[in-house]
Amino acid sequence: MNDEVSVKNKKLGQKLAIVAIAMFGFGYALVPLYDVLCEWKWIERDRPDAIKAIPETAYTVDVNRNVNVEFMTSLNENTPMVFSSEMPQLQVHPGEYHTVNFYAENKTNKTMVARAIPSFSPALTSTYFEKVECFCFSEQTFAPHEKKTMPMRFVVNPALPTDYKTITLSYTFFDNTETAVKK
Amino acid sequence: MSAVTAEHGHDDHHDDHAHGPEKGWLRWIITTNHKDIGTLYLLFALAMFFVGGTMAMIIRAELFEPGMQFVDPKFFNSMTTMHALVMVFGAVMPAFVGLANWMIPMMIGAPDMALPRMNNMSFWMLVAGVLLLASTLFMEGGAPAGGWTLYPPLVLQTGKALPFAIFSVHLLGISSIMGAINIIATILNMRAPAMTLMKMPLFVWTWLITGFLLIAIMPVFAGAVTMLLTDKFFHTSFFDAAGGGDPVLYQHIFWFFGHPEVYVMILPTFGVASTIIPVFARKPLFGYSSMVYATASIAFLSFIVWAHHMFTVGLPISGELYFMYATMLIAIPTGVKVFNWTATMWKGAMTFETPMLFSIAFVVLFTLGGFTGLMMSIAPVDFQYHDTYFIVAHFHYTLVPASVFILMAAGYFWLPKWTGHMYNEKIGQLHFWLSAISVNILFFPQHFLGLAGMPRRIPDYAIQFADWNMISSIGGFIFGASQLLFLWIVIDTIKGGTGEKVSDEVWEDAHKHGLEWTLPSPVPYHTFSTPPTVIPCDHN
Repeated sequence: MNDEVSVKNKKLGQKLAIVAIAMFGFGYALVPLYDVLCEWKWIERDRPDAIKAIPETAYTVDVNRNVNVEFMTSLNENTPMVFSSEMPQLQVHPGEYHTVNFYAENKTNKTMVARAIPSFSPALTSTYFEKVECFCFSEQTFAPHEKKTMPMRFVVNPALPTDYKTITLSYTFFDNTETAVKK
Repeated sequence: MSAVTAEHGHDDHHDDHAHGPEKGWLRWIITTNHKDIGTLYLLFALAMFFVGGTMAMIIRAELFEPGMQFVDPKFFNSMTTMHALVMVFGAVMPAFVGLANWMIPMMIGAPDMALPRMNNMSFWMLVAGVLLLASTLFMEGGAPAGGWTLYPPLVLQTGKALPFAIFSVHLLGISSIMGAINIIATILNMRAPAMTLMKMPLFVWTWLITGFLLIAIMPVFAGAVTMLLTDKFFHTSFFDAAGGGDPVLYQHIFWFFGHPEVYVMILPTFGVASTIIPVFARKPLFGYSSMVYATASIAFLSFIVWAHHMFTVGLPISGELYFMYATMLIAIPTGVKVFNWTATMWKGAMTFETPMLFSIAFVVLFTLGGFTGLMMSIAPVDFQYHDTYFIVAHFHYTLVPASVFILMAAGYFWLPKWTGHMYNEKIGQLHFWLSAISVNILFFPQHFLGLAGMPRRIPDYAIQFADWNMISSIGGFIFGASQLLFLWIVIDTIKGGTGEKVSDEVWEDAHKHGLEWTLPSPVPYHTFSTPPTVIPCDHN
């Protein structure tokens, strides 16, 4: 091929390479973009960040309805803790406030920062599960071998559709010490 | 990347047009000839097809009966993961790059690819990437076993193999980006002056669009796996809920790459089908320009439908509806294509040589795979199909009797041109019928398994799935064994085939359909050193 075409090819090749590099950057740009889209609720229904304290309101208690709330506790693979709930499940009436205690213990000789992330099944019930007080609202700091009793006060909103008879609430504790130290 | 193109700067005066290939084995290492590199790609893809196929045989053997038979569950999961990665990145994609290398310069009247040295480099980088991936099989903790999608947090539990798998993805990505840049530059800059864009064969068109897809998506995938790497080893929290990240984010980034990626594998398939069918129907391709626009529409739509892979992650209703309708839209340009292929055959003087048989099977079976895709695009029913054998059946229908069949068809179609020898038609037909029947025995029952609730990626299953799994496995073994016939035919044809004298156009009146058939058979080492002036154009 002649020199003129070869120069043209190289120039086009370089331009396309720049596009490829820009697309690598675009992949990273998707991270903040995702946060924005989630905030607008375009691509994700609920985020852990969105679960915040809701002030206690006086609902009319629906005594004719029972909702079974199940509590699951688990640890992320590398979290050196003991974590459990006071009871495996609880029958509640919608509109009725309850407090359930969770226990956690730091098994190490070091101060630990950990965060509990909630998850609901069925996912749709998360909007109707209102917490007044929860250890999951913020990071928890544990002194070496500290045992904590952490209350969680909640109500099931009576607006919960009648199809739902059981709500499974699962908490996973993540060891956040290293990230917390960096901050 | 810029280093690569800069290196090419020394290549100003590559004057290898005067002589033939280098003597000895070194030819294959240092070659910058598009035909040599095309051959390397195709042979490598064929080898990987058998490696990935062996893994599939292990999977089907384990699933032959319920209970654990031959391998442990961890290794089984490695097999499903590696089978997918090897087939996608080692077999199907390289095979189409190989066809592009061989055919695009010959189809557009160019002497070679635009950036021949980079061409050599992208091939050897592919080999390095696949070897690196294969090496993970022998590492502590085994090869990646979390599925080819590499979803966190599961994939982060991979043992020593994780960083190697990630670097392998980087290498494969850089290799395909370089291949794509080369193909685009060749098509845009190297066409014979008379070859206007709307006279280009459809295979060239589909590759031009695929090239742009690759440049847009491979870097995004590279970014996603880099985030996995830094999450695992450098305490970032892109996908780690503990640090405020979100594993679902990975799925969005992955499928932003992953959905166009499936079109990277199917658009060149469409191109080859659009090349073969007119030759054996002895008619011009029906609706050439609508084929071009349909290809471009599919490519565009592929970027805005990614979350239909994620209907069950908890999208808001508006999101489910948007991704559902956008996905359904793809059926329209795809339908245009199927209609055009059918219309091309309509009232044609058809003959049924092996390449045509594979192409017709492609039209029928790809359409079937497309229909199940349409079923799954419906968000509410997808909750039933998600992660079951139904999706496995769907994408295997769009990949095996579609992409793989068309690659077989391309092999039969162009091997006589490449080698100057005719393949054995009888064995070819036998290969076709065995493959076409067994592929349906293999994959059709998987629809039933999926609808009945059998999850994908499991080594053992409940007893009610036993019968269809056994039938599927039998189909799988026949299909796998049948492909040895193809291997035999390729070797036999290279060595001399039937001994029949092959004409320049090989197939009756093929010279009306493409420039490559105006060249001698076998094709000389250097072609179109001066651009052709007359363009056979069987459309518009």
